[in-house]
Amino acid sequence: MSVLVNRDSKIIVQGFTGGEGTFHAGQMMEYGTNVVGGVTPGKGGQTHLDRPVFNTVSEAVAATGADVSIVFVPPAFAADALMEAADAGIKVIVAITEGIPVADMVKVKAYIDQRDCTLIGPNCPGIITAGQAKVGIMPGFIFEPGVVGIVSKSGTLTYEAVDQCTKAGLGQTTAIGIGGDPIIGTTTKEAVQLLMADDETKGIVMIGEIGGDLEVQAARWIQENGTKPVVGFIAGVTAPKGRTMGHAGAIVSGEDESAEAKKRVMRECGIHVVDSPADIGSKMAEVLAGVTA
Amino acid sequence: MNIHEYQGKSILESFGVSIQRGKVADTPEAAHAAAMDLTKETGTEWFVLKAQIHAGGRGKGVVTETGSHGVVLAKGLDEVKGKAEGILGGHLVTAQTNDQGKQVHKILIAEDVYYPGDSEPEEYYMSVLLDRATGKNIIMYSPEGGMDIEAVAEKTPHLIFKEEVDPAVGLQGFQSRRIAFNLGLSGQGFKQMVKFSQALYAAYLGCDAAMFEINPVLKTSDDKIIAVDSKVSLDDNALFRHKDYATMRDTSEEDATEVEADEAGLNYVKLDGNVGCMVNGAGLAMATMDIIKLSGGEPANFLDVGGTADAARVEKAFRIILKDPSVKAILVNIFGGIVRCDRVAQGVVDAYKNMGNVDVPIIVRLQGTNAVEAKQIIDDSGLEVRSAILLKEAADAVADVLA
Repeated sequence: MSVLVNRDSKIIVQGFTGGEGTFHAGQMMEYGTNVVGGVTPGKGGQTHLDRPVFNTVSEAVAATGADVSIVFVPPAFAADALMEAADAGIKVIVAITEGIPVADMVKVKAYIDQRDCTLIGPNCPGIITAGQAKVGIMPGFIFEPGVVGIVSKSGTLTYEAVDQCTKAGLGQTTAIGIGGDPIIGTTTKEAVQLLMADDETKGIVMIGEIGGDLEVQAARWIQENGTKPVVGFIAGVTAPKGRTMGHAGAIVSGEDESAEAKKRVMRECGIHVVDSPADIGSKMAEVLAGVTA
Repeated sequence: MNIHEYQGKSILESFGVSIQRGKVADTPEAAHAAAMDLTKETGTEWFVLKAQIHAGGRGKGVVTETGSHGVVLAKGLDEVKGKAEGILGGHLVTAQTNDQGKQVHKILIAEDVYYPGDSEPEEYYMSVLLDRATGKNIIMYSPEGGMDIEAVAEKTPHLIFKEEVDPAVGLQGFQSRRIAFNLGLSGQGFKQMVKFSQALYAAYLGCDAAMFEINPVLKTSDDKIIAVDSKVSLDDNALFRHKDYATMRDTSEEDATEVEADEAGLNYVKLDGNVGCMVNGAGLAMATMDIIKLSGGEPANFLDVGGTADAARVEKAFRIILKDPSVKAILVNIFGGIVRCDRVAQGVVDAYKNMGNVDVPIIVRLQGTNAVEAKQIIDDSGLEVRSAILLKEAADAVADVLA
């Protein structure tokens, strides 16, 4: 078991022949991911990294049976690429692109909501099921197959949590980077729901940051429906109000969007919240030891 | 990107939103000339002088040097120059600025729109913004215009209305009519308000705004509906579609070091603490700031160096952090995934040597690809740099140097 992607997933790369697409597709294949082809409009019929290139996502799906797409298309054209993937029947769309205009994402979200598919991101590190499939830009070597599912808005902070879980001997099932933009496809709550339903996942790490209320929604759901321990961390206790901290969505607009407020709600909902990001792995080990004992 | 009131109004006007007309000036003499022109164009005999700074609360705000408010009325052309002198060049302190205030470089000379007539002028509030929870734009409005909307929300929440816009079809006529009804309008004022909200939403989409706040929207005594103020924020990610808006950026409104960092491709936000930090990735950068606090310090900045932490970038980042005299230590925290830690370590060593005298302790925590080799490079360099691999070690080292 795993969520969203596994070794049988058939993955295509949109923006396949560009610099980012080429580099990361290569890294994904090196990890053992089943990349079956790519899409670059105008380059259909060529071969790239020993995989076929298609002009459209529909053609790629018809020829390869692809069900997952990872998108590296530049911001100005990314919204179009995401809707093309949804239209072609792709089930899981992973948008790595950073800097997509908000107005474009308003349209994409409305479009995707009416179709049977899951969008991850944009502006995210992607998804990885340890030892099976890496559909993203994360460093593969820090992951070990194991029992912890990870949900996070951030890239390098996710790697930090992964590395700690690996060093604690716990390993990971699937890590989902949901992205740090104001509008994203899959929310923290939805990602937590997927991991809660996965048999192999024994514990969940939920990493958030200032801005929005995704973590609060997830926490309230966990309080009502949670069946596994959740360790939580919120970055940005020291972030000033009203300033955007790197991620476009990381801005405290109201009191309940601050790190302290989110942590308070998460604690109330039974989540094991750590104040230091250095304690994520050890807290998970401690909590899981308590569960099995 | 935030822009000035006069710039926001020019964008609104270009999309057919009716506005309070005005002209911008940067000297008292130019203000006088602008007022004369404005009388010719609009017939106005009184003028409203408004300081152009990126902060709200200007009307109640006070210019430190002269005691003038940030928004004043000149009852005649002869008063314009003197009142402009009271604002231009001074530092305006408002509820939204710090104690030093913001220096006023430009004022807007606007027509008087509160003239008497058949009906009483009425003020409303209207904003357009993204509801992050639904991923849809909303128009938020209230009959309680001209005052702090947060106070209205607290005291009389039933007087704040919201209209959600379906992205597939846009703002519909019935929605604009509902807005006008809820604001208590009828007759000509009603018709004008329907037009106003339609034009405002078209402008919001057309300029790729991140936020519009029009407070007040005014119904004049002769039933015109106009935007008297404009707070407009544009989506940075969409500026590539609006090359002409890029020139609206006023870097004098921003921290000079932040502007310099931005030009070097570094994402930097200045804070008030004593420990600087340099991190790859925004989430880890915030988390590193939090660790500094837990270790007994206060973060002096947010700085995301991005994916390519080579010697040139590291040096630039060091120089930017060290411009702040309150920095007593620097924590470098890099999780090398695609970037190799040994390259970053070499970058740190080279940057350090290039800079000659760095008189604050530096702690370098490198984890990920080639972390062990990286630590070796730092340890062998003979520099006054402490190295760490685990995040906990880095936190302890920060506590140690602050002790």
